[in-house]
Amino acid sequence: MVIGNGLLVWIPLWPLLGFVVVALLVKRLSHAQVTWIACGSVALAFTLSVILAVGQFTGGAPIKQNLYTWIQSGNFSLEFSFAADPLTAVMLLIITGVGLLIHIYSVGYMHGDDGFNKFFAYLNLFIFFMLLLVLGSNYLVMFAGWEGVGLCSYLLIGFWFKHPSYNQAANKAFIMNRIGDLGLILGVMLIAINFGTLDMATVANKAAAMDTPTLTIITFLLFVGAMGKSAQIPLFTWLPDAMAGPTPVSALIHAATMVTAGIYMIARNNVLYSLSPVTMMLVVVVGLATSIFAASIAITQNDIKKVLAYSTVSQLGLMFVALGVGAFDAGIFHMGTHAFFKALLFLAAGSVIHSLHGEQDIRKMGGLKSSLKLTHATFLIGVLAISGIPPFAGFFSKDEILVAAFDYSPWIWAGALLASWMTVFYMFRLLFLVFYGEPRQGVTRITHLHDAPQTMAIPLIILAFFSVVAGFFNLPELLGGSPWLAHQLTPLFELASRLNPPAHTEGIEEYILMSVVLLGSISLIVIAHQRYVTRKNIPAKDGQIRGLAHEMSYQKYYVDELYETMVVRPLFWVSSTTNRWIEVGGINTMVNGIGEGVVGAGKLLRRVQTGSIGYYLFIMVGGILAILAAHYWTIVN
Amino acid sequence: MIILLLIIPLLTSLVVVLLSPEKARNAALASSMVNLLLTLGMLVGQDGTSATVDVQWIPSLGIRFSLAMDGISFLMVLLTNLMMPFIIGSTDIDKNYPSSFYSLLLFMQMGLLGVFTAQDGFLFYVFWELTLIPIWFICLIWGGENRAEITLKFFLYTLTGSLLMLVALIDVYLNTPGNHSFQLADLITAGARLDEVEQGLIFWALFLAFAIKIPIFPFHSWQPDTYSSAPTTGTMMLSALMLKMGTYGLIRWLLPLVPVGVQMWGNVAMVMAVIGILYAAGLALTQKEFKRLLAYSSMSHVGLIAAGSLTVSTMGIQGAVFQMFSHGLIVFGLFYVVHLISKRASFKTLQDLGGLRNTAPQLATSFLLLILGSIALPLTSGFVGEYLLISALVKHNFWIGAAAGISIILGAVYMLRTFQITMSGDVTSVAQHFSDLTTSEKLILYPVIGLILLLGVFPAPLLSITESVANQIVVQSGNLINLTP
Repeated sequence: MVIGNGLLVWIPLWPLLGFVVVALLVKRLSHAQVTWIACGSVALAFTLSVILAVGQFTGGAPIKQNLYTWIQSGNFSLEFSFAADPLTAVMLLIITGVGLLIHIYSVGYMHGDDGFNKFFAYLNLFIFFMLLLVLGSNYLVMFAGWEGVGLCSYLLIGFWFKHPSYNQAANKAFIMNRIGDLGLILGVMLIAINFGTLDMATVANKAAAMDTPTLTIITFLLFVGAMGKSAQIPLFTWLPDAMAGPTPVSALIHAATMVTAGIYMIARNNVLYSLSPVTMMLVVVVGLATSIFAASIAITQNDIKKVLAYSTVSQLGLMFVALGVGAFDAGIFHMGTHAFFKALLFLAAGSVIHSLHGEQDIRKMGGLKSSLKLTHATFLIGVLAISGIPPFAGFFSKDEILVAAFDYSPWIWAGALLASWMTVFYMFRLLFLVFYGEPRQGVTRITHLHDAPQTMAIPLIILAFFSVVAGFFNLPELLGGSPWLAHQLTPLFELASRLNPPAHTEGIEEYILMSVVLLGSISLIVIAHQRYVTRKNIPAKDGQIRGLAHEMSYQKYYVDELYETMVVRPLFWVSSTTNRWIEVGGINTMVNGIGEGVVGAGKLLRRVQTGSIGYYLFIMVGGILAILAAHYWTIVN
Repeated sequence: MIILLLIIPLLTSLVVVLLSPEKARNAALASSMVNLLLTLGMLVGQDGTSATVDVQWIPSLGIRFSLAMDGISFLMVLLTNLMMPFIIGSTDIDKNYPSSFYSLLLFMQMGLLGVFTAQDGFLFYVFWELTLIPIWFICLIWGGENRAEITLKFFLYTLTGSLLMLVALIDVYLNTPGNHSFQLADLITAGARLDEVEQGLIFWALFLAFAIKIPIFPFHSWQPDTYSSAPTTGTMMLSALMLKMGTYGLIRWLLPLVPVGVQMWGNVAMVMAVIGILYAAGLALTQKEFKRLLAYSSMSHVGLIAAGSLTVSTMGIQGAVFQMFSHGLIVFGLFYVVHLISKRASFKTLQDLGGLRNTAPQLATSFLLLILGSIALPLTSGFVGEYLLISALVKHNFWIGAAAGISIILGAVYMLRTFQITMSGDVTSVAQHFSDLTTSEKLILYPVIGLILLLGVFPAPLLSITESVANQIVVQSGNLINLTP
């Protein structure tokens, strides 16, 4: 079945309608009604996305729909238009599919919250903007979605707005994203100026004729945008703080969809990037550095959501490595599998937090394996998937990235491997501390532990299923499979792969790499088990003395403090100092001085002039009237 | 038709002084509504550009009473006539001498419409000064603390600017051939024939006049004081409408008059404007008073309008006019929110407020939507204007554009900080017994917010109104540059 062009607009329109209805009637609708409207609108969008995807995956031509002329000025004309190709289809399925599951999960999770209706309004609005982001056929429609998801992220992080620190986190997220967005919009403006259009397909076709320095600047600026949205060094510190939002939000926005917008954007612009080797190298370096850096922080964190947050930053870094080495399909593949298993991990973590009445400190958990059976099983699947244990999804997608990195440079491979191994360690550390060993005070204080209710259980099971099988969408030929996803995306990355032909590591070499990775991973699982289950090594309390390296990791390398002293405080210092010395003390004093001089002189002439403004004004008005009268006089005569 | 737009508010302003407060208010509202309907009629009838008045006024001096509208004038007239019902509607009746207050507002409307339509330099100057009279009374009689000093400063400052403008206009006037003429078209021809030095001098004289009004750094020091001391209605008049006289003047009376002057000095002025954008945004970060913060925020935004116009490009001019319109809506809404808050509780600083999302969620949501417009989120009118303006600047010079762009980060910082302090967190004692929006307040706030969103989603119709005239200004100044000796 092929979706008609005219139906494209309905995919984002349903969630928008859902948002409008719930937002306008937020006080009148019951929770049940909101549940149906919110989930129903996303279900409709999902259904349409499936129809569209089937069309695209069975050889349908990319489709485009112009709605109307959005902005026109001089020779700059911009349509509000949507387009869909296989890459869009993949994104649509993830956004609406995972989105729908998380909507359903939230019905259980947010049950009883005063802001239930508002929460679903925001969630629908988020889905709308996210769809706008991936469906936009030109850069500005994409940018509208891009900033829109940032807004929803802001609203949802600060959802419980009575906590000052949550609001702080929300502001931080929005502002850090804004820094990236400035880069992005400047890049978009340079595209408009140099290419004369903002249509993505046209720009890609014209790119080969553009000079490299221009492309390097453009791709660099776009990448700045990606750094913000996808939380890469140096703009990553907002994402861990964003965990202040309700857990379904962390799963949907801050793991599965919004934060992958940077990956999508660069993959979408693969032609421009392939033509700018310097930026590509920067993407690799930033991605790899972020990946290792964030993983090394995750190892010592004790908040269940913070561990997952740093893990997301690290995994996003790996995706950027894939993009940077030119393996765009590997980046997208990992983004897809990551969407499943990271959403799963967050939702399972949410289930843990939910049954422990808000407890997030893993030092106070333990032994939940027997009481939260379903949560444990699904979390375990998520951990195996993210750790890259075959045959779970993460194994295939991560393997592809590692192979591509090895082709690019063994050093990059070694770095990515280090990040992967750290991932294995901190994920199993998390698993063991939460679910294994003896129950600690956070668990024992609760008399009746309940596993996830049905609305929360079903999404967990479905996501767990996909975390197992998603890898088979793109089985490497080496293992006797056929990389279906890569085939689907081939036409899209054709030009890019012609520019940077992949020198594929194959056969025996790939087996060796795979074995090294796996052996290391398994040893690390054993070590983690020894440490946290057998020897019951519970992480030290806050304030206890640790080694320097441990302390640095635990304190997140003091990056927040660094930004605070290097950027935030100086900025406010400059503001108040300028206010005191230049604005009030300088300009104002000078102007007043001049004014007083004039007034002083005026006082000497008081006999002639009263010095009253009202007097001047009336003289002026009188003068005008006199002129008019004189004029009338001349006409009459 | 066009003269009717001026006569209705003028006559009503004379009549309402004599009426009781209630009646004065209704009459003022009715008059402003009629004006709005007439303007909308012109929009529908598409004769907005053809309606003109042109009669002899002072023949011996070559001064004519001539009014006309092209796309740019029309949008400014539309903005004025659109905002007036809202501004009048948002004015409280329980003040001293309410009838006189309404009268002054209408008189000012007349003056503004004259400024935006005058085609004669002298007439433009007369209207320009006429607008000063009502706002001076409004600030002096109904203002807050230190109003006498602050109003004096404001008055002297803008008067200095206007005198410079008058001198510049007379200078060009004296260079018109024959019996001399103040007609815009004649001034344009005469201006282009002046030598570089004289064009430069005229550029600076006119620029200073407009820069003070807008205001542009460092000629702004009257503005934060005046904005915070004036009654909120006065602040709305100043920020939503009156400052547009400056940016309008820049486009209508500066760019075409001395094309070589603009070519020589435009970049310097543009850099000043961009410094002002960042300077004002920077100061907004640590302001403690609500109105003062909005004053700096407004200054930051209008600096961008000025900078964009000075690129003398179609995109820059169209973006500037669009942004004037959008800024008028947004800044009115923001000051109205402050007005609503201070009506409910007396507070001095932002820190006195807090937690209004709990007690007045509709007010808080409205405020948030206005903030989104102000920080130029896509799908609000603020985005369209800022995109076009920054784009024009980037095209002109990447670094100037990028520097101006920093304001979109700083804007988010100070606006979200304000939202957090006033609306989120715990409910402070001041905010405890806060009631949410009443129906009449919604009737003012919601349409304005609706327009901000509508213009963000469908900006093209409004942009198309200014397209040909923006183009014409660009082409004309390109051609006239060659005429300079």
